[in-house]
Amino acid sequence: MPEKPNETVKIKSAKKMRDLMTAYYLEALSAGQNHKPVAWITSGGPVEPLVAMDIIPVYPENHGAMIGSAKMGEDLCAKAEDMGYSSDLCSYARADIACSVVKGGPIGGLPKPDMLICCNNICGTVLKWYEVQARFYNVPLFIFDTPICHGAYTPEIARYVRTQIDEYIAFLETVTQRKLDHDRMNEVGKLSLEGQRLWQKVLNTTAHKPSPMSAFDAFFFLALIVTLRGTRIAVDFYKELIEEMEQRIRDGVSSVPNERYRLLWDNLPVWHRLKWLSSKFSDHHACLVADTYTSAWCGTIKYIDENRFLDSMAEAYTRIYLNIGVDQMAEEVLNMIRFYDIDGFVMHSNRSCKPYSFGQMDIMRIVREKTGIPVLMIEADMTDPRSFSESQVETRIDAFMEIIKQRRG
Amino acid sequence: MKDIECFHDAVSHIPETASQIKKQGRKIMGYLCSYAPEELIHAAGFHPMRLFSSKSDIVLAENHLQSYCCSLVRGILEDSLNGRLDFLDGAVFPHTCDSMQRLSDIWRMNNRYAFFADVVLPAKLNTESAGIYMTEVLARFKKDLEAAIGKDIPDTEIKASISLFNRIRKNLSALYDLNSRHPGLISGRDLYALVKGSMIMDRKEAADRLANIVSHLEKMSPPVKPGKRLILSGSVCDTPDIFDAIETAGGVLVGDDLCTGQRWFEGPVMEDTPPLSAMAQRYRDRVTCPAKHSGLTTRAENLVSLVQKTRADGVVFLMLKFCDPHTFDYPYLKERLDGAGIKSMIFEMDDQQQSLAQFSTRIETFIHMI
Repeated sequence: MPEKPNETVKIKSAKKMRDLMTAYYLEALSAGQNHKPVAWITSGGPVEPLVAMDIIPVYPENHGAMIGSAKMGEDLCAKAEDMGYSSDLCSYARADIACSVVKGGPIGGLPKPDMLICCNNICGTVLKWYEVQARFYNVPLFIFDTPICHGAYTPEIARYVRTQIDEYIAFLETVTQRKLDHDRMNEVGKLSLEGQRLWQKVLNTTAHKPSPMSAFDAFFFLALIVTLRGTRIAVDFYKELIEEMEQRIRDGVSSVPNERYRLLWDNLPVWHRLKWLSSKFSDHHACLVADTYTSAWCGTIKYIDENRFLDSMAEAYTRIYLNIGVDQMAEEVLNMIRFYDIDGFVMHSNRSCKPYSFGQMDIMRIVREKTGIPVLMIEADMTDPRSFSESQVETRIDAFMEIIKQRRG
Repeated sequence: MKDIECFHDAVSHIPETASQIKKQGRKIMGYLCSYAPEELIHAAGFHPMRLFSSKSDIVLAENHLQSYCCSLVRGILEDSLNGRLDFLDGAVFPHTCDSMQRLSDIWRMNNRYAFFADVVLPAKLNTESAGIYMTEVLARFKKDLEAAIGKDIPDTEIKASISLFNRIRKNLSALYDLNSRHPGLISGRDLYALVKGSMIMDRKEAADRLANIVSHLEKMSPPVKPGKRLILSGSVCDTPDIFDAIETAGGVLVGDDLCTGQRWFEGPVMEDTPPLSAMAQRYRDRVTCPAKHSGLTTRAENLVSLVQKTRADGVVFLMLKFCDPHTFDYPYLKERLDGAGIKSMIFEMDDQQQSLAQFSTRIETFIHMI
């Protein structure tokens, strides 16, 4: 009988992942010397044409997450406030805007962009943020406008977004003075879809009891599907990660020792308190097995047709998790609660992300009515630690876990 | 003047105004934004009524929207949940900012009225495809309205509504123009009651009364009211005490960049082109809300040119707390004003602002400084 480990066993692929991200950032930072164009793009933006045209995509939001994890958010946000940006604005935007000026942060700032690609499927904030950066760097801005689908993906939305894909490619061709190679584009499209399918498979491994990884691991391993979507690197890496997860399942290795309770997380991570939160839940033998955030990068696979990638990506990029009605978001949450067999739902009410946070209370009510599981709401901010009260959150987590324990018996 | 009093009555007794309109057999359609296609609502036989918060305490809305949501959105949701808007037969939500976007979802999921529609306008206005999409979205809204009333809305009706709303726009522009040339001709409190009233009362009545007011004021000999000429910039300003405080401090209002002001009414809808594309064209041409994109420098250029055109001495930014689009634009707008040698001040407030003591002090200092 295999011995059940009580101590956390580290995920081996983490080191490789770090190396890949370092290589990615080194390439991006040396793009200028290598005469490669750099595009800054929003996290939910259509990156595949960039990859197909050898334009290096850089993600200010991923950078924001790094700033938060490195606990450099407070300082940079405060600098933006000195520049006149209100402390109520998105902390990713504040940190990034300040970083551009002071070249601070964990990697000394992002490489200067040659163009900016802003897709508003995640929020209206990115529109304002990218306008600021387009003026600062004086580079062309392409806005990929994906109207929200409160209900249906209407024919007029489909036509509008599809037309913009052509406009987008024409924009890239103008800026780079190069033509898009459609064979290469098809190849990138296939790799993107494969990467998304593999990422979904990684996340699905946590349906196993005990779960071989947690949402905290997913927050970390997410970076590749965001930044290297459409590349062989992401595909190869996630294949290895799946193998490791399957091995952990076979060996009975769990993310949280003696996992007893399974939780679902909502909204962006609290980057500056990952370790703290992870150990708080772990102390209660609770594993955050899934989240609504990392699954957003594989949530629209059903709309993608790999033989008509460019056509179908219009719908896939428009109907992502944040760009749909709150009632549809609640449906997805309920599906996850069933799939992962969830005992409790933890919602991060995130001051920095209004489209993600407003509507949470209605989702909370729906989840309570339809499943009866306890729901906890934590007030925080993804990057700026100033609105976070450790003692308050700790008390609330303890009370929440107490209810779950009593409920489960 | 009686005509002006009627506007004050309408805006200070909104439920009564609504009930008068309903007595005439018209159903009431609420909206929250200057991009609401009022002409279509009107042509469908509804009375379009812009919703303002009654500024009551937030109780029920606490269960739907967190405290970092702007007071306007929370306030109007509170009014709806509390039954204070039960005179509504429906509401329409043009897409603008993230908070309005989610308010639309929450409203629909907790809906108390017969009709609901989203008008998912493009965020980007300055491309041809956005223009086509905008027209198609208006066509969809027209169909939604037709389904609600069970009959087609003929173009002749839409054109008649366009012409009526253009008459309101023309008269409000004329008023602003008169007031800018002879500041003090009409008080800020009166002027903004006329604008707000034009979003609330029967539109034919509003248009007729505005025309009377314009011709009355045109005949008046301009009073001598020296004062620092000021422009207001922000989203909504639904706090008439602000206008009094500015005037008490020695300022006069000569124009604005507000969605409860010039952004809402400036520029007519072309009457000689197909109505839906004409409406779409106006939305693309008018001074933009910062939740929309029509170029990187457009808003700053509009503001600087408004200051120059009105020979204003300064700009007062009124920022609704938690209003992201406006807050993001502020540092750049200030920089451009500074660059043009135009003085400005910023004041952050809630729609339910309790006390204006701080504002009074700030505006006095600002007026002394310019």
